[in-house]
Amino acid sequence: MAQELGFLKESASQTAGPYVHIGLTPNFLGIEGVYPQDLGIAMVNDKTKGERITIEGSIIDGTGTTLKDALIEIWQADAAGLYPSPNETRGKADPDFTGWGRNAPDMTTGEFSFETIKPGPVPFFDGRPQAPHVTFWIVARGINIGLHTRLYFPDEEKANETDPILSRIEHRNRVPTLIAKKSSKGKYRFDIRLQGEGETIFFDI
Amino acid sequence: MTANFPRPAGGYFARDRQWHPPAYTPGYKTSVARSPHRALISLDNTLSEMTGPVFGHNILGEFDNDLLRNYARPGESPIGERIIVHGRVLDENGRPVPDALVEFWQANASGRYRHKKESYQAPLDPNFGGCGRTLTDADGRYYLRTVKPGPYPWPNGPNDWRPAHIHFSIFGRAFAQRLITQMYFEGDPLIPLCPIVRTIPSPDAVNQLVAALDMSNTIPMDSRAYKFDIVLRGRRSTPFENRMEGN
Repeated sequence: MAQELGFLKESASQTAGPYVHIGLTPNFLGIEGVYPQDLGIAMVNDKTKGERITIEGSIIDGTGTTLKDALIEIWQADAAGLYPSPNETRGKADPDFTGWGRNAPDMTTGEFSFETIKPGPVPFFDGRPQAPHVTFWIVARGINIGLHTRLYFPDEEKANETDPILSRIEHRNRVPTLIAKKSSKGKYRFDIRLQGEGETIFFDI
Repeated sequence: MTANFPRPAGGYFARDRQWHPPAYTPGYKTSVARSPHRALISLDNTLSEMTGPVFGHNILGEFDNDLLRNYARPGESPIGERIIVHGRVLDENGRPVPDALVEFWQANASGRYRHKKESYQAPLDPNFGGCGRTLTDADGRYYLRTVKPGPYPWPNGPNDWRPAHIHFSIFGRAFAQRLITQMYFEGDPLIPLCPIVRTIPSPDAVNQLVAALDMSNTIPMDSRAYKFDIVLRGRRSTPFENRMEGN
């Protein structure tokens, strides 16, 4: 026997369930008067620096059906590649950018949408630049533990090629699942496939 | 700073995937088509994972953590067993996590959610919305006041009932710590029967989600108390490097 390490265990995840919007986006659901507005609905304001973009998409299950009861959060750096977080030590991020968005996909179409800015590059832990990316976190009924993935940009080919994470993915034919499609100027589409053909890469972060 | 690139002082402890429920749990039918089949790709923590949004007290309203009042008509309150839920948000090192945003949601005392897609015949309570939120204090403590939610039937197996539970969503200091879980109540005989509880492989991991009746913090003639601590991922300490804030 050896000494006890004495660590606690992380609380086990449980599904967010079908009623996640009651807790996280009550106004979206029509539960009004509790909070003035849902958190995470506005990432930018008039003064936010950087190129305005819209990220749209949907989440598709293993049968090809679009989820209509999911909840998505995104987290990204500002236009200079800085995070508005106490753990950011390289400088002060744009005070007019939250970096964090929360969106409930439309309950009829399953489409989600974020109004944000294109993030700047953030270094990998060894100092190499990472290609600009947006972290996605998806929860829903039937998802037992939140799924992490990343969106990369189709117009950053060179940066994507040398990105320390993208470049070491063994199954090269899966890399495109992480790269959004440009639908029009400033608009990117990112469909997330939970299972089966074209299954999106999810990360153990 | 001595380096011109930010080498993290220590990433977060790897998630114990044997402790958490796996993605594919056929006893919980909805997981079958919503579970990734491919292996997750391990990603060394970068700043993108080690940072996360911070919420200030400016977002909180006076009754945000009081579900007895935050939806009720003036002078009225929801029907049900009045309870306090309190505890701490800690990390795996046992350190408190201050300023953590904790959001919660639940069914009313009869087991009915205020949701368009809810079809259970139990009645809505006009004085109960079912959501709340708070920030932990400097010691990682939080509390909320509510009614004890009722158990309810749900379409999975032909006769599945959820034990009484409160959903919790927690932000730590890093997006890597993001967690949603559920709190159950000590002594509920439905806990071991529930297909969602049973997605968790380890009985110890289930027990960690069961709040204990806490008579010491009960308010006599008002509310019983339940204590529920939540643990987020811990962070490696690397004494040979500069420590970042929050380590």
